[in-house]
Amino acid sequence: MPLSTASNFARPDDAFRAIVEAHRGLNDEQSADLDAALVLILANHIGDVEVLREAITLAKHRVIDQQQQQQQQ
Amino acid sequence: MQVKLICDGRREAAGSGMTQAKTQFGYRRHPDQDRIGADTAEHPVVVVGAGPVGLSFAIDLAQRGHRVVLLDDADRIGEGSRAICFSKRSLEFWDRLGVGDRMVDKGVVWSVGKIFHGASQLYQFNLLPEPGHKRPAFINLQQFYAEAYLVDRVEELPDISLRWRNKVTGLQQRNDRVVLTVDTPDGPYALHAAYVIACDGARSSLRQMVGAEFSGQVFEDQFLIADVRMTAAFPTERWFWFDPPFHTGRSALLHKQPDDIWRIDLQLHPDSDPVAEKKPENVRPRIARMLGHDRFEFEWISLYKFQCRRMDRFVHGRVIFAGDAAHQVSPFGARGANSGLEDAENLAWKLDRILRKTSPEGLLESYHIERSAAADENIRESTRSTDFMAPTTQQEARLRKAVLALAKDTEFGKRMVNGGRLSVPSVYDTPLSSADVDHWRGGPRPGASMPDAPVAARGAPIFLTEAFIKCGTHFTLLAFGNGAACEAPDGVSAIRIGGEGGLTDSEGLASFRYDAEPGTAYLLRPDGYVAARFRHPTPPALDAALARASGLN
Repeated sequence: MPLSTASNFARPDDAFRAIVEAHRGLNDEQSADLDAALVLILANHIGDVEVLREAITLAKHRVIDQQQQQQQQ
Repeated sequence: MQVKLICDGRREAAGSGMTQAKTQFGYRRHPDQDRIGADTAEHPVVVVGAGPVGLSFAIDLAQRGHRVVLLDDADRIGEGSRAICFSKRSLEFWDRLGVGDRMVDKGVVWSVGKIFHGASQLYQFNLLPEPGHKRPAFINLQQFYAEAYLVDRVEELPDISLRWRNKVTGLQQRNDRVVLTVDTPDGPYALHAAYVIACDGARSSLRQMVGAEFSGQVFEDQFLIADVRMTAAFPTERWFWFDPPFHTGRSALLHKQPDDIWRIDLQLHPDSDPVAEKKPENVRPRIARMLGHDRFEFEWISLYKFQCRRMDRFVHGRVIFAGDAAHQVSPFGARGANSGLEDAENLAWKLDRILRKTSPEGLLESYHIERSAAADENIRESTRSTDFMAPTTQQEARLRKAVLALAKDTEFGKRMVNGGRLSVPSVYDTPLSSADVDHWRGGPRPGASMPDAPVAARGAPIFLTEAFIKCGTHFTLLAFGNGAACEAPDGVSAIRIGGEGGLTDSEGLASFRYDAEPGTAYLLRPDGYVAARFRHPTPPALDAALARASGLN
């Protein structure tokens, strides 16, 4: 099964806010720890290493594109 | 301490201060040393290095009827415990060599490992949770015992000429032979060999002589191994700690060996001073904190860093590399000595067939294919374990911290904790296998090693691995009987389960582990790996599979 990038939440704003609010009151270090745990929990829930690799590729593209844009500016 | 290894022509030397078990062998001048020029001695096989791999290989080949010269530059066994964990697969190989019982009788049998984080246990695993196997998942045994038992076996085999203090200093490859220059206390002499098997360890000088690269990843973390002697009531389990109270921020391992010796492995900081760290007065307090007392003596202390690397090619013309000479891994996972023994087992039957001219020289390529893939797997597994123990970036450390935290409450977290993934036999993706045609729900696929199972011969219990040895460890047809059994091809032994005169599958485990139905047959290679399997074998299909597994097509 390929990575789904269609909108899967009936109320996407709820999901986004839930993640944002989870970080409220945490310092950068704690936030990073939370993200690491969250990534592992969700990756295991997906349980498909090919989907995981696709997700990593997609996420990493964003980071690298951003980096290149910053360098051009 | 005094470890008695008494044998003819051998004396034990106990070191002073921190004692070490050693067995000393005498150098003996060989008539080959007087043969020069056109009279130079010619041998089919010269093995270089009398460690576990070289000794086991020499025994296997001699048992298959070949003369073997075995050279070693030292004249003693000893220098600490080194390898201690020998796998089920290695024990099954040693059973074929006639030394399995001695190893297991002396060794400490174990199958359970526990992983701790801080002061609390995270989880435990059992590497052989089911009964019905002749051999346990692992035994722990000091390498010097394993070597001593193998040397005793060598001495029973007149076809092996074992020569201590024979150091290879020169190697020349010709079309039909290798010319070796061998240095001895009496000066150098020359030997000609059709094949040279290099089992001369991680610092292999033969590897340099053939000009082979040996590159890979170097790990910066330092580890300290201490073998201590004490009587303790700890169970015979492998205990691994992340961030233990007695060794903050690092990892530690505790493992039992025979003679009340315990292996302790402590991860040090990368910037530790090796000279200071190795001093007993500095090691002692740390271990006392770990054990909760200081009633122990040191047997051996060694500080090491390690590399994970392998040769690009295991076969260089007529020189074939095996064991640490060909590949090196980190020690977490017991993949060093065990994978070297698998090399020896894989190579011996192939070289036997090539020397007898029943298989072409091209069969050696399958040794490279199978064992270099196994080396890659071992390097990958042990590198992952090492990286988990010693994260190299802040984010890697963060992810590990998350895994350890999640492991307290979740099953998936426990399974992600990597305190060493222990050696299991590789499954070969190899040109010697014939692909499955029939439908299988289980059982070992072609390229996998034979699972053991308890059966009975006329009421007397026997294991399948024993029945395989009784067949002579040739190509063997393992057939599950239905009265209309398929004949084994010429030169192929047969083990029949069920039917008239066959073995009885009293507990049904053989049928279960091989997914067998009446008529099912497995073609086993001489190393006990599955070459092909059939629901209803036909003579042409068996012949084709046999030819393929013999390297004949």
